[in-house]
Amino acid sequence: MSPLLLLILLPLAASLLIMVGANPRRTALGAALLNLVLSVLLFARYDLHAGGWQFVSEWHVLPNLGINLSLGADGLSLTMLLLSTLVTFSALWIAPRIEKREGLYYICLLFISAGVIGAFSTLDVFFLYSFHELALIPTFILIGVWGSGDRQAAAWKATIYLGAASFVLLVGLIALYLSLPSGIRTFDLRQLDQLAAAGTFHPASWIYLLLLVGFGTLVSLFPFHSWAPPAYACAPTPAAMLHSGVLKKFGLYGLIRICLPLFPEAMQQFSLLLVLMLIGNILYIGYVTVAQKRLDWTIGYSSVMHMGYIFLGLASLTVIGVHGAALLMFAHGLSVAAAFALCGEIRRRTGTLDYSELGGIGKVTPVLGLLFGFAAMASVGLPGFANFAGEILVFFGATFSSIYGPAMILAVIVGVWGVVVSAIYMLRAYRSVFWGPIAARWETLTDITPTAKWSVILLLVPLMIAGFYPQFILNMVGTIIPR
Amino acid sequence: MQLSTIAWITLVIPLIAAALILLVTRANKPLAAGLAILSVLIAFIGSWFIFWHGVNADYLGFDWINLGKTFSIPFSLLIDPLSRTMFVVVTTVALLVFIYSIGYMRDEEGYSRYFAGLALFLFSMLGIVLANNLVMMYIFWELVGVSSYILIGHFYTKDSAADAAKQAFIVNRVGDFGFLLGILLFWISTGTFLISPLNSSAGLFVEHPGLLALACVLIFCGTVGKSSQFPLHVWLPNSMEGPTPVSSLLHAATMVAAGVFLLARIFPILSTSPQACEIVAWIGAISATGAGFIAIQQDDIKRILAYSTISQLGYMVAAAGLAVSAALPMFHLFTHAFFKCLLFLTAGSVIVGMHHEQNIWKMGGLMKKMPFTFLAYCCGMLALSGCPFFSGHYSKDLIMACSWEHHRAIFWVLVIGAALTPFYMTRQALVVFFGKPRSEHSEKAHESPWVMVVPMLLLAVPAVCAGYPVVKNFFFKDIGSLAEPEIPPYVDQVFLAAFLLGILGAFAIYRNVAKDPLRIPFFAQRFYLDDLYDWIVRVIQGGFARICSFVDRWFIDGILVRGSATLVWSIGFALRFLQLGNIQAYAFFFGAGVIGLIYLILNVR
Repeated sequence: MSPLLLLILLPLAASLLIMVGANPRRTALGAALLNLVLSVLLFARYDLHAGGWQFVSEWHVLPNLGINLSLGADGLSLTMLLLSTLVTFSALWIAPRIEKREGLYYICLLFISAGVIGAFSTLDVFFLYSFHELALIPTFILIGVWGSGDRQAAAWKATIYLGAASFVLLVGLIALYLSLPSGIRTFDLRQLDQLAAAGTFHPASWIYLLLLVGFGTLVSLFPFHSWAPPAYACAPTPAAMLHSGVLKKFGLYGLIRICLPLFPEAMQQFSLLLVLMLIGNILYIGYVTVAQKRLDWTIGYSSVMHMGYIFLGLASLTVIGVHGAALLMFAHGLSVAAAFALCGEIRRRTGTLDYSELGGIGKVTPVLGLLFGFAAMASVGLPGFANFAGEILVFFGATFSSIYGPAMILAVIVGVWGVVVSAIYMLRAYRSVFWGPIAARWETLTDITPTAKWSVILLLVPLMIAGFYPQFILNMVGTIIPR
Repeated sequence: MQLSTIAWITLVIPLIAAALILLVTRANKPLAAGLAILSVLIAFIGSWFIFWHGVNADYLGFDWINLGKTFSIPFSLLIDPLSRTMFVVVTTVALLVFIYSIGYMRDEEGYSRYFAGLALFLFSMLGIVLANNLVMMYIFWELVGVSSYILIGHFYTKDSAADAAKQAFIVNRVGDFGFLLGILLFWISTGTFLISPLNSSAGLFVEHPGLLALACVLIFCGTVGKSSQFPLHVWLPNSMEGPTPVSSLLHAATMVAAGVFLLARIFPILSTSPQACEIVAWIGAISATGAGFIAIQQDDIKRILAYSTISQLGYMVAAAGLAVSAALPMFHLFTHAFFKCLLFLTAGSVIVGMHHEQNIWKMGGLMKKMPFTFLAYCCGMLALSGCPFFSGHYSKDLIMACSWEHHRAIFWVLVIGAALTPFYMTRQALVVFFGKPRSEHSEKAHESPWVMVVPMLLLAVPAVCAGYPVVKNFFFKDIGSLAEPEIPPYVDQVFLAAFLLGILGAFAIYRNVAKDPLRIPFFAQRFYLDDLYDWIVRVIQGGFARICSFVDRWFIDGILVRGSATLVWSIGFALRFLQLGNIQAYAFFFGAGVIGLIYLILNVR
């Protein structure tokens, strides 16, 4: 059996078991652990010298439409698969005791996992899209049923917003399909790449715009970002971790997979538009983040802001920048998941995330404080974390393409200034929550539990390994560039 | 063992110590301190060994990032006369401060955390010293920033310490904004960020002197942040919230001097840009004298020293801007590292003796109660003031003599600073050590334990001698020329006059006084710059952030989202009539999924 199919089926099989009565938590964790081990093995077994798509297998679904369930992975897919299984396991592990419909809760999380794994390991654009939908719907259910705060409104907003984005994306993908000559219509990425590389396939550039808006909205590209912070603030912790850490990367993955190879000219043509939008992400959202008064909103907006750097790497259209963007996808996925995990731990203890009510709790929760410090410093882009390596590559890539125009120069300046802005809000968050004199009512808080501690460490360790030695990710990412 | 191995071990050992303390020995205080001191001892021996061998080499470690032929960021150690000298200065001062810390931190909370922070700092600082390229330097530059943040915020339950740590980090990042842009600009214009090729790339800029000046000034922004120069100087006095040994090692002797080291590193290219040098020299001179004025009206023993640090760093920066020789700022950095570190250690000793009272107007008459501290203080204070036969005299006078020759306006500004230094130091000495005790604490003050006294007395030796020609020759002969410029004899007398004027003026005003007879609010309030920055942060930045937040909530989310949602749905409505056959396949799968989901929701527990 194809190992990639096994990766997709394991969470689904676990869901089935839960449905027929297995212990939800143990079953889910078991499947996630197997998946984690499997993806690490695949990551290690990938032949870097050979490059290209490996572990390929195919099943014909609708051959007359050119739709096949074909699975395969290159270095980028495997990096994203590693990220997915890491965050899935950590999110399931840190999930608190669920009183209300525990089975469905874990099934939703497992479906998200299966969906993202499928999206990152398929070679077929149709399935790429469908797997993403499979992951998206359980996210809404998780927010709506187990969320906190104004969860119904947040769930509906995310549903409508992302549903609309998916629809735009779908229209774009179908238009892409239809723009192929009728004899060779296909959804197969490999064939599409070949056609584009051979110069026989020139899809119209308005299709790129549809894809950019569709994918971009899923990644909270400015000005299509406003679904993200409330959804993350209201979502249960594991859902916020999975969505912000992994599912959101789907849009970026799609841009790298579909738009970079198929629309090189359109990306050049509309680069000013993308640059302006990502400047919005970095500068404008950066300052919106500074104005936030709650920890969950700060992290939610900061995750919107950091997407700007990844877009900057892509918009640079350079080898350096794309490497940086891919590394940042991995890094941001881990660091934001860790931040949301710890944020959830704080909320479970204090019941509030308002800066005005918190303060000084580092004294009674030193380990929680230390771990949050690591997550915060990763988000600030401190060397030693993969986020820094990704950002610096993005800056070099963008600088390289800044010789083509003043907009890119502006983007570089704004991007580097963003590093200051993220220090402003993140250090303020840390100072407001963990430092300063402690209020009497927090004196009795307990420190983080071993389970939560280790599930966060599970995210931070690969983040730091990739920070000290980014090359092991970059070598993998390099395989997407044809020799 | 090969020298390259020794150099790498010296760099990495403190990091290992920091990690071990954090992960393993946090509960065991003596072991934590022991590990940290062992690591600095190894670094100390390694650095002197390398210095003694006097090799020049570029020890390639590995490519930290390698994207094939297009781009790579190597990690490599550049050992040359400049880094060798800086290497031994850092490890020597660090060794003494680490040992001193055992005594100073004895009864404080977070003992192990403190030593882990110090070890992390040492690692980062050595990385700056040994880096062979600007990106690697920037990496360690950020890491010193975070170790400084951790150590300033050591007493994090105090609001003032928590705010000071945050401010220090952010202000440094503002400087690093320029630094990183400078690196990128150099890279795009010369194709390299390796220090040696960069320094010989002046030829590429012959047609574009403005570009070179811009790149140099951007890099210099890093110095302005790290070395706390005007206008980013505000964080250093606040950083005095950290434990005193930290102020001594990071915020006086080594970390803040990294900015000057950076200028010395890029000196060959910097000195080819007269415009950039002019800016560097003026920023240095303004900081040197401005901080001196502020220092004469401060009441906190550590803050006085902090402003004097800004002032002395200003001399070094100005020296770099004179474009004479890389050795000129480094020589003052060298002597300053010893005497300023010593002064902070004595201040720490006074603070411990005074039960953590830091206001000099609560002190008095400490000379008899703390004789060793007083002795060490005098060495440091005279060296700082530029007293003949003490180290500071040689390095500072050389800078001023060079400024006389190369830039007359800078010279006169620096002379004013040179008169202010002995004035505020004599004021501090008179108020703290002479006269009558002004509080109960000062009556009951006691000498510190030997583990603090011995490092102070050991540091007093280089604080006196580090400027002597034989020492100067030993450490600087390979870095660059330190020849005395030809100056008329009356210039020498100007120096002496400035020194005497400062000392005698302070004696006249501050001998046997109970309160400060001078009241100059403009200096006491630090030129109101802190208030101005506070206002900018609160009103300008805060206001901008609130406007963005408002727009986001009410405009983007309120109008655009609803608007675009309507638009998208109408497109969808229109498409429904187009009968695209392929959508049916999608709809089939989607429908099946939805049915499955509904089944799940209804039938699962």
